[in-house]
Amino acid sequence: MEFFIISMLNGLSYGLLLFMLSSGLTLIFSMMGVLNFAHASFYMVGAYIGYTVAGWIGFWPALLVAPLAVGALGAGFERLALRKVHKFGHVPELLVTFGLSYIALELVQLVWGRTALEFRPPAVLQGPAFTLVHHAVDGLSLVWGAAPSGLCSAADAAVRVACSPFPATRGFMMLVALLMLVALWLLLTRTRIGLVIQAALTHPEMAEALGHNVPRIFMLVFGAGTALAGLAGVIGGSTFVTEPAMAATVGSVIFVVVVVGGMGSLAGAFVASVLIGVIQTFAVAFDVSLITLAQQLGVELSEALKANSVVKLTLSQVAPILPYLFLVLILIFRPKGLLGTREG
Amino acid sequence: MNMQHHASLALSSQATGATPQSLAHPGPEALVLREPAPRAAVAGEAHPHGSEAVPRRPSMTRDPSQTHPLGRWLVWGGFALLLLVAPKLFTSNLSVTMLSQMGIAIIACLSYNMLLGQGGMLSFGHAVYTGLGSYLAIHALNAVGAGTLALPVSLVPLVGGVAGLVFAVLFGYVTTRKSGTPFAMITLGMAELVFAMSLMFSEFFGGEAGVSGNRVVGQPFWGISFGPAVQVYYLIAAYTFVCVVLMFAFTQTPLGRILNAVRDNPERVEFIGYNTQRVRYTAFIISGFFAGVAGGLACLLFEIVTAEVVGAARSGAYLLFTFLGGATFFFGPIIGGVLMVLASVLLSELTKAWLLYLGLIFLFMVMYAPGGIASLFMMNLRVAAFGKLRQLWVSYLALAVTGLVALAGAGALIEMVYHLQLNAAASDELRFLAVTLNVKAVDCWFGAAFILLTGLGLFELTRRQFRQQWGRIQEEIEKDIQRRELA
Repeated sequence: MEFFIISMLNGLSYGLLLFMLSSGLTLIFSMMGVLNFAHASFYMVGAYIGYTVAGWIGFWPALLVAPLAVGALGAGFERLALRKVHKFGHVPELLVTFGLSYIALELVQLVWGRTALEFRPPAVLQGPAFTLVHHAVDGLSLVWGAAPSGLCSAADAAVRVACSPFPATRGFMMLVALLMLVALWLLLTRTRIGLVIQAALTHPEMAEALGHNVPRIFMLVFGAGTALAGLAGVIGGSTFVTEPAMAATVGSVIFVVVVVGGMGSLAGAFVASVLIGVIQTFAVAFDVSLITLAQQLGVELSEALKANSVVKLTLSQVAPILPYLFLVLILIFRPKGLLGTREG
Repeated sequence: MNMQHHASLALSSQATGATPQSLAHPGPEALVLREPAPRAAVAGEAHPHGSEAVPRRPSMTRDPSQTHPLGRWLVWGGFALLLLVAPKLFTSNLSVTMLSQMGIAIIACLSYNMLLGQGGMLSFGHAVYTGLGSYLAIHALNAVGAGTLALPVSLVPLVGGVAGLVFAVLFGYVTTRKSGTPFAMITLGMAELVFAMSLMFSEFFGGEAGVSGNRVVGQPFWGISFGPAVQVYYLIAAYTFVCVVLMFAFTQTPLGRILNAVRDNPERVEFIGYNTQRVRYTAFIISGFFAGVAGGLACLLFEIVTAEVVGAARSGAYLLFTFLGGATFFFGPIIGGVLMVLASVLLSELTKAWLLYLGLIFLFMVMYAPGGIASLFMMNLRVAAFGKLRQLWVSYLALAVTGLVALAGAGALIEMVYHLQLNAAASDELRFLAVTLNVKAVDCWFGAAFILLTGLGLFELTRRQFRQQWGRIQEEIEKDIQRRELA
């Protein structure tokens, strides 16, 4: 039970991190029709800037400054490069961001080096947020923070006690993502700028005719989307690892999320992020293969079959490809995506 | 329905009068083929004279009726001759290997351009087909070596081709259901899927070490054992020539033309009764075949296949260089393929920052010359054809000089930063363009920045002037064309 809860929470937090990224991507895509290939690069840049700024003025200010800096970079990129190719169509726009992903990776390696950095979260977030104590006799109980060592071992050796801590950084990640989700929703539906954005999204000419500066709105949206990626970068970088490969590891997954959720659907991106986060986390936790399955079913396998690499594969080994398999299945059975409304 | 066909469509057509039978269209007679500009006709910009749209975006292939047959023979003969004599001119081991790699890269980039340039399909996973072609080919080669498969080594690349085709049939079914941006994302997902799998199934993919083979198997035939690199080069050259001819021929087929139409206006193509998805799928499969041939050749050349051949970096390189070469012309990817080998072999030796330079060049190319090098070349050819290139050479010289100054400054700055980052411990000095720079000296940094800014400023000034001049010349050419049409 405690394994299930902790894995679920881990999966949720990873899914919410994916959502922080894919929300910006979806927002940009649904507004401008631009698939920002460099979105994960902005995530990476956010982590690195967060690391540097945290070294100067501390983690909490960095959490504010780094996204702003990344957002400014994103807006500048939109203004200087993306807007120039807008007239050529969507494929050149995608190509520009593709080129940017190369440059961003090289520049990051140039400035911060090629090895992983030690980006530690502040002391408050180190250690577990809470610990689930599973006592064979007393049942399940919850202790905030780290459990005292006395709780995790029983005086009687026959009584099994298991402690499962849940890291505070992951809790913080969930908190920020949920706050962001609410703020984004309020901004888009309850404020004037949000309504203008929605109008520019569906009827750019009309919005322009009414006196709104649509190119500037695009720039703002692009900046905001990349700022969200930067925020995710600070949190993701301090929770996981800050290294040049971090863009590539989440990059393709967030594209999967956007397609699976339905192109341009923010709600779809949320569902798909959480789904993929949970699936992947659970898959990593299970060390079962077809061999163990057959043994549990009472089927005896031949030695040759046991040596077969397909049969030997455990679920945790398959975990990296699950999002992509999911993508293929969705495309075959529901090409619009989970909550999408339009066919691509 | 048929009335509509006759009334509203003058879809891509050809002087030869070939009809798109291959797609089993109900009313092929409705397709009145008139070149140039299938694009103009399909894109719905109903020009009565049809030729007006050409100057803005030249069609992928030139009108066969305009190209003199002799000219065509000369071009292909020259290409064959170039392939033949190249290893006589560059005899060193390195250059023969590079030439072989160029042949492979040319096939791969051309097959990629079948998707990007001709079908408007931006794929991020082309290395899947070249890479899986390589893997199947090396397994076939090993089977030949073990005596379980009777196949001449020279046909092993075809195994790769068939493998590429089969995987394109398999994966293309999913990817080509979409077009445009979703297509790009799905191909990326497919590429990740295959790459993740390559690390999973080590029996087939050979894990970290990869799969190695030996191309010298069986009895030498006419003294050809494929041991020496030159023999492999000629095999690759032969494949390159045949593949380039076939891929050019593809652009001339009705399927190739309708693929261009699908790129430009899928909606309209749907209206005249074609299934755009099937057109994309068919083109994808053909492209997969040629990609697989390139992969099979690479397996013969290197005799080892590692998981990186299906990796995202390789797919990105195909995209990058095909675009740099020029996706809007058939010969663009040939330039791209040559550049790909030059950059990855020579440029990477020259500077550690080569990926940064490459990314910057690519970015500027997309922004300012989206037709790639080929389009720059063709635009100047057009200016030259009208005898106006002479007016431009001063501007070109000024652009080149100021651009080089800016580049030298930028290069010095980038190299100094790289030096600081990578080997600061070794020494403070580095050589850049016959100058010794000291990364600890302020004047070096200041000087480089000064050169960069000066160059940039002058470049911008000349660029503005050049743009006006260029626009004026283009206008004159347009007028010339109109005058000739009237005459």
